[in-house]
Amino acid sequence: MSNRTAMTVEEVTKRFRSDRPPALVGVSAVIRYGQITGLVGPDGAGKTTLLRLMAGLLPPDQGRILLEGRDVRDPAVRQELGYMPQKFGLYEELTVLENLHLYADLRGLSGRPRQATIGRLLEFSGLGPFGDRLAGRLSGGMKQKLGLACALLGNPKVLLLDEPTVGVDPVSRRGLWQMVEGLAAEGLAVVWATAYLDEAERCAEVLALQEGQLLFAGPPGELTGRMAGKTFLVSVPGDRRRALAAQLLQRPEVADATVQGNRIRVVLREAMDEGPATSREVGEGPAVWEDQSVAPTPPRFEDALILLLGGSAKERASGAFSFFPQRIAQVDYEGPWAVEAAGLTKKFGSFTAVDRVSFHVSRGEIFGLLGPNGAGKSTTFKMLCGLLPPTAGKAQVAGVDIRRAAAKARNAMGYMAQKFSLYGNLSVRQNLEFFGGVYGLRRRKLKEMAAHMAEEFQLGPFMETNAEELPLGFQQRLAMACALMHQPPVLFLDEPTSGVDPLTRREFWMRIHALAQRGSTVIVTTHFMDEAEYCDRLALMHQGRIIAEGAPDQIKASAATPSRPAPSLEDAFVELLEREAKELVEPAAR
Amino acid sequence: MWQRIGRLIVKEFLVVLRDPRTRLILIVPPMIQLLIFSFAATHEVRNVVLGVYNEDGGLASRELLDRIHAIPETFSRIEYFQELRSAEEALAAQRVLAVLHIGQTFSKELLSGGAGPVQVLVDGRRSNSAMIVQGYLARILEDFASQATGGARPAASPSGQAESSVDAADSAPAAAKLAVLPPRPVSRMWFNPNLNPIWSTLPGLVAVLSNLVALLITALSVAREKELGTFEQLLVSPLRAGEILVGKAVPAVVLGVLEGTLMITMAVLVFRLPLSWHGLQVLLAAMPLFLVAVVGIGLFVSSLARTQQQGLLGAFTYQVPATLLSGFATPVENIADGLRWIAYINPLQYMVGLARMAFLENPGWDVVWGRIWPMAPIGLVTLTGAALLFRQARLLAVTGR
Repeated sequence: MSNRTAMTVEEVTKRFRSDRPPALVGVSAVIRYGQITGLVGPDGAGKTTLLRLMAGLLPPDQGRILLEGRDVRDPAVRQELGYMPQKFGLYEELTVLENLHLYADLRGLSGRPRQATIGRLLEFSGLGPFGDRLAGRLSGGMKQKLGLACALLGNPKVLLLDEPTVGVDPVSRRGLWQMVEGLAAEGLAVVWATAYLDEAERCAEVLALQEGQLLFAGPPGELTGRMAGKTFLVSVPGDRRRALAAQLLQRPEVADATVQGNRIRVVLREAMDEGPATSREVGEGPAVWEDQSVAPTPPRFEDALILLLGGSAKERASGAFSFFPQRIAQVDYEGPWAVEAAGLTKKFGSFTAVDRVSFHVSRGEIFGLLGPNGAGKSTTFKMLCGLLPPTAGKAQVAGVDIRRAAAKARNAMGYMAQKFSLYGNLSVRQNLEFFGGVYGLRRRKLKEMAAHMAEEFQLGPFMETNAEELPLGFQQRLAMACALMHQPPVLFLDEPTSGVDPLTRREFWMRIHALAQRGSTVIVTTHFMDEAEYCDRLALMHQGRIIAEGAPDQIKASAATPSRPAPSLEDAFVELLEREAKELVEPAAR
Repeated sequence: MWQRIGRLIVKEFLVVLRDPRTRLILIVPPMIQLLIFSFAATHEVRNVVLGVYNEDGGLASRELLDRIHAIPETFSRIEYFQELRSAEEALAAQRVLAVLHIGQTFSKELLSGGAGPVQVLVDGRRSNSAMIVQGYLARILEDFASQATGGARPAASPSGQAESSVDAADSAPAAAKLAVLPPRPVSRMWFNPNLNPIWSTLPGLVAVLSNLVALLITALSVAREKELGTFEQLLVSPLRAGEILVGKAVPAVVLGVLEGTLMITMAVLVFRLPLSWHGLQVLLAAMPLFLVAVVGIGLFVSSLARTQQQGLLGAFTYQVPATLLSGFATPVENIADGLRWIAYINPLQYMVGLARMAFLENPGWDVVWGRIWPMAPIGLVTLTGAALLFRQARLLAVTGR
């Protein structure tokens, strides 16, 4: 028996500019009480527009949205809705309590109910002990909890959340999810827009949007069910998995192939009961199925969604960087390691942000730095690329000390920042030529590389467009293209996929794999656990130190417990952090 | 290295010139300021309402009033009062700036060779205009008195212009009366013969506005890149701090010179200021050096600022006092002794002086040189300061969130 209906969206169309395609086209959906409804889709699919329409902040061009039969444009109805935009307007200079009281005033909440509500929310969100802390001093996860608490002040019937977990580390993400699950259990209707497909998978129902159209509405299991018999894991010995994944991708029957730890996850276009081994006869392509140990694996929501949203990034990213010289890394490097950190330490006053971090990365390796916010991964990253001088220890890139021979080391590296750092009012071509130029590329080489990049990243039609006018996914491509103009042997990526939709992320990683294939070394920080799986090796940071290092499978194995013998990477991450926290507390207790 | 800097300079020009708002900022506000300063904010006193309380009614008093009527550009309206009290009230209510009170015996005493009692009441609240109007009136009265007693003379033009000449060798009777007249100076304005206020304002404005443009471009440039995150991209590239500095300074200096040239052109073509070929050479020689000094300050501000907003505030925190202490509006000599050194380290002070010289004086290179060279050490200091801060900014850019 499904839950009682809270909201109905009826044939809603919204267009912002007449010269652009509409943001939403004839979307109809039902939101129910007592459950979380997930809202998924690529950037620009219309998720935020739909939420704003549901919150009554925008009028639809056509159609209507009703809460229990009443139009949400009615201010009285709007009072019954709680909306938390992507950037919730917390006053960073006010304390947690002051923020709550301010929003209570705005909601017209007063007297005893006000005290009771605030007290309840503080307890429920776990923010009670931090009532007097400035909102600006809270961690990312706690800020989101406070934002959520503020959105809940009016005791809404429906809670609309726009990507509440973007930029929140896995541990805080779990806390937030549990908090919202608790709310749904109390009977609230929750709409949760997300770029994390594991979150979407846990929703009771999902709405999948693409280019303003509703592609799917229903329980995620239904969508995943369509994938039965199409997903397999191929085990490969260490070295060859990336090469094999690339080969598999070229098979016509393969929709998607991604590296997952030591194995390759393959998604087929058509279900095959006996497994892909029989497909030898099916397509042309290279024969790669022989001699592989192939095992069926349960489908994931992600597989289903990626097929639903128009196939994989396969077509766009296969055979990437053929213009890069083979094995660029061998050009000129001293020493065995592409990147080396030796006892890196950074102190800000009395606070130690990074504490004696050491690791090395070999050529052609993809190395991931993981950790919750404030764990020191960004600081480590910045010391590695010479943006921050270490208090002690040293960092070497391509065998050169980044502080000593800065120019030489910098020439050997490409850097892509978290927010795609481009010159917004310069055209795509001008951005490419500038970044190539400051790395010393001469005119002819510059033109040649810009043309290659345009082809590689399908930027051709946008060459004369200003960077700021590009869709987000293309901005990310351009940022990567700019970082690669000088064909650096080492590539530094700082949360390169934050805010980017799953499809674009997938495509992005295919390119990274292609680069590693050609011998580039990649250092990456990320919040996404599925991305961490793509790395060859990971270092998990906590409170300025590395608490675990190794291949994703090794890390998973080390976090196995009797109750959870085969943890996911996220489980392992949380488990290791909890163990670490215990170790820190126990000596103190003794 | 040069190729990298070249790229940076090209990029910097593109960033500034491709943005329609920045293009507008480079052209429109300076033009508006040029017009405002030239036409609106003048020191001349015009359109004054004068109150008159004439107790006399005699021929002489009417003749005097006719003279005042004859200069409508200064005294646009004359209001007559029948009693002193209402005239005083009008003064108190700021309906009139000054009251001319002509005594009962004015005509009579004047005819009998006396002084004639006249009182001038002025509004001290508007001290500047009041002083000037008082001066005008005093001059008119003086002329009137000397003519009334000295016979027919060509009417002096008392409109504040310089030609209040009294020809000594005018006529024989005048010569005879000379003994009783006080000596009167014959003034002749050098460099600005008509004492046209635009002539003294505009050259200073050329300096002030090119100062502003160069300051704004640089103060915003590094801060903008910090906001965008592109500054980190520059820092991880092989560019050195000094190269980034040069790459940022050159476009600002070039745009500042262009801005200055545009205004010089306006001054000559629209406002008809005299400018000799030599004067132009002086301006074009001094301008780049001056702008280098200013750009150093702009980059200094920008290195400290984390956002464009901070950069803008910083720029104006510098621009306003720099203008006030430049001799543009008030003489440098008026600055209190203890603070006068500020004027000597203010590059704008040198440029304002140089611009006036170049337009109005046609000075020799030896004179000009004395005002040009101090800008070199100033520029050296500001650029070095900016370069030092730039290294610091490498750290600020990444740690200061």
